[in-house]
Amino acid sequence: MKYTEDHEWLRVEGDVVVVGITEHASTQLGDVVFVELPEVGTMVAAGDEIVVIESVKAASDIVAPLDGEIVAVNDALADEPGKVNEDPLGAAWFFKMKIDDLGALDSFMDEDAYADLVA
Amino acid sequence: MPENQRLPLHQFHLEHGAKMVPFAGYDMPVQYSAGVMAEHAHTRSAAGLFDVSHMGQVLLRGADYAQIAAALETLVPVDVAGLPEGRQRYGLFTTPTGGISDDLMFANRGDHIFMVVNAACKAADLAHLQAHLGPLGVEVELLETRALLALQGPRAGDVLATLDPAAAAMRFMDVADLCLGGVAVWASRSGYTGEDGFELSVPADQAQALAQMLMANADVALVGLGARDSLRLEAGLCLYGHDITTETTPIEAGLAWAIQKTRRLGGARAGGFPGADIILDQIQNGTPRARVGLRPEGRAPMREGVVLFATEHDGPAIGQITSGGFGPSVGGPVAIGYVPADHGAPGTRLWGELRGKPLPLTVVALPFIPANFKR
Repeated sequence: MKYTEDHEWLRVEGDVVVVGITEHASTQLGDVVFVELPEVGTMVAAGDEIVVIESVKAASDIVAPLDGEIVAVNDALADEPGKVNEDPLGAAWFFKMKIDDLGALDSFMDEDAYADLVA
Repeated sequence: MPENQRLPLHQFHLEHGAKMVPFAGYDMPVQYSAGVMAEHAHTRSAAGLFDVSHMGQVLLRGADYAQIAAALETLVPVDVAGLPEGRQRYGLFTTPTGGISDDLMFANRGDHIFMVVNAACKAADLAHLQAHLGPLGVEVELLETRALLALQGPRAGDVLATLDPAAAAMRFMDVADLCLGGVAVWASRSGYTGEDGFELSVPADQAQALAQMLMANADVALVGLGARDSLRLEAGLCLYGHDITTETTPIEAGLAWAIQKTRRLGGARAGGFPGADIILDQIQNGTPRARVGLRPEGRAPMREGVVLFATEHDGPAIGQITSGGFGPSVGGPVAIGYVPADHGAPGTRLWGELRGKPLPLTVVALPFIPANFKR
C-alpha cells in the first residue's frame, strides 16, 4: 500500500491501482453523507479533482493521484456514503485506474512515512 | 489576529474528546468523539448538553420593568411591555432600513430584563443598547463571568427534574431560578434545536460542577456546534449572519409572528422602532421575496451560496441558499433560502447550481422536523 500527501491510499491489483482515503482522512472529514464519483472511461490527469465527498460539515475533493484512465468506480458509495467512515481502507474504495507505468507508485509514501506525516 | 477566547469549560471539552474550532472569536467544540450524526440523533431522542457560553448575556436595569420595557421597545418591533414576569420572548434588533442587526431572547425577570444575544454581534449589540437606552435611564451590563449551557431533547425535562423538581412545572418560554444540586442557575425552557429543553445561565466558576452533574445522567451526552447547526436547520430556525442579516427584513424572513399586534399598524404601541415604516408596510402589502425551506431532490447537500433558478437552463438567477446541509433526522439534504414570493409556494420546483450543474430542489414548508416544545 502507498499513500499520498492528500491522504489517499493506493493499492495495486493486477495492472490497475485501487484508490481510497485513509482512516485519518475519514476521521477528519467526519460523517460522510454524499459521494460523487467520476464516470468509467474518463481520462484523468494527476491533481484533477475527480471525486466529491461531502460530510455533515463540508464538501471536499479527492484528486487523481496519477495520470490514467478510470476503469471502475465503487457505485455502492452513492447509496451508502457512511461506508467511508466504517471501512475506509476496505469496502469504501473510490475508483480503480489504469496507469502507464506502475513504477510511478514508487514516488509515494510507504506506511511508515505516512504514519509520520499524520503523527 | 487576536487569539480566540476560551470558554470557561475549555479544558472540560478537551477531556471529553472535543474537536475545537474557531467560531465568533472563541475556541468552540464543533463535535466530540461520537460525531455530528450521533450527537444530532442523541439530542432528538434523549438529551444533548451544549456549551453556548460564547453567546452574550446582558442585563438591563432601570427604575422598574415598565420603564426598561418602554426603552427596549424603541429598538425592537416586539411587545416587551406586555411580557409577563417569568416569561421569555424572541426579539430582533432592526435597522433604519428595515434589516436585522441581530436576533435575541429576552426575559422579564421582575425588576430587570435578561437578554441573550449572538456571540458575533455582542460587542455591536452592547454599543447599540448603551447608546440608545443609556439616555433613557437604562443601565446595560454584559455579564462576563457567567457560562451558558443548553440541555436539549425529549429527556431534558426529566433530567433537570431529578435535580430540582421545580423544572418540571416550567412550560416553553418560562424562566425561573432553579437550584440544580446546589448550583443556582437562571433557567429558561427554550433553545434552538426544535426540541424541548432548557438554557441554563450559571456562574462560570460553577459551570463545570453543573456540567458534570448533568453528564452523570445516562440520558445526557455532550453535543457540539456541528449538530447544533443541523438541529437548528431542521427546525427551520434562522442563523444570524446567514438566513437573516442587515439586508433581510423580518417580514421577508418569515418572522412576522415575532411582531405582536400591539406593535403593528392600529396597535396600541404601533411602530416606534428602527425601520418601522418599511417593516409595517411589508406586513400589510407583502414582500417581493420570501425565506423558504428547500429539499434538494438528490443526495448532494446544497449549502450557503448555492444560486437558485426557476428553470433548469438559460434562466436568470432568482435567489440563493442562505444555509443548508445534511439533515440527519430528515435523512437527506435540507436548505433554507430566499426566492421571489411568486416562487415561494410549497411544491414549487427550482434548480440550484452545484459544481456547475443544475440540480432540482422543491420548496417545502418549514420546519423540516416538527417542533417538540412543552407548551
